[in-house]
Amino acid sequence: MSLQAELEHYRNMLIVRLRGELDHHTADVVRFKMEEAIARGKTDHVILSLKELQFMDSSGLGVILGRYKQVKSRGGKMVVCDVNPNVQRLFELSGIFKIITMHDNERTAITSLEVVS
Amino acid sequence: MTGTNEMTLSFSAKSENEAFARVAVAAFVSQLDPTLDELNDLKTAVSEAVTNAIIHGYESDPSCQVTIEATIEGDSVSITVTDNGHGIEDLELARQPLYTSKPELERSGMGFTIMENFMDRFEVSSTSGGGTRVAMQKRIESKKALYN
Repeated sequence: MSLQAELEHYRNMLIVRLRGELDHHTADVVRFKMEEAIARGKTDHVILSLKELQFMDSSGLGVILGRYKQVKSRGGKMVVCDVNPNVQRLFELSGIFKIITMHDNERTAITSLEVVS
Repeated sequence: MTGTNEMTLSFSAKSENEAFARVAVAAFVSQLDPTLDELNDLKTAVSEAVTNAIIHGYESDPSCQVTIEATIEGDSVSITVTDNGHGIEDLELARQPLYTSKPELERSGMGFTIMENFMDRFEVSSTSGGGTRVAMQKRIESKKALYN
């Protein structure tokens, strides 16, 4: 199984829906797609929507942290939502929740960012 | 289930094979009837070890081979992932959470920490220039395990 990344612009936010398996092999595609979409402008904040992410390892953490730095350097925020228990465990182990907040779903994630901007 | 059951798998150091490796190990271990969480732990640990072998051991040279050996004994599975690549100069440093020798590749430095946390036993041995061997073990505690 590979990985599909669906990107949607909503106001000043970029919603990224990841489907499949995020590992070292598939991380590059996510990196390039997101890097380009964030750099193109209009995007202040990023929502990572992970409902259909079946698998992730530390390579996934790496690419997420990389985009977090990119968004933060532009003064924006990154949040995650719809995180399954296995991915959540990896996030907890890495301490990523110190810098990225988690929301139940895209709707609550969007609301949280509307308050920010 | 009586006795031991072993398998060996060797494949090119290509990133495409990371998914293959973790799925193959999961399929082999499925005879112990693990829970989905246990399977995910094993797949993640295997993925970390294989990714390390490919990126750090072989610097993604596809002519090199990564070898996985898995042994089921009772209700436990032991897995070793071996490469004959560059080896790790400073193991203690490499095992530190968030340490990575390749920050330019957006590595998170969490691989060893994940393997240690997701498996019951974890050992890594390496010699500079002589390759790396990761050995780990996990007990499958599923109630339906046939071993008694």
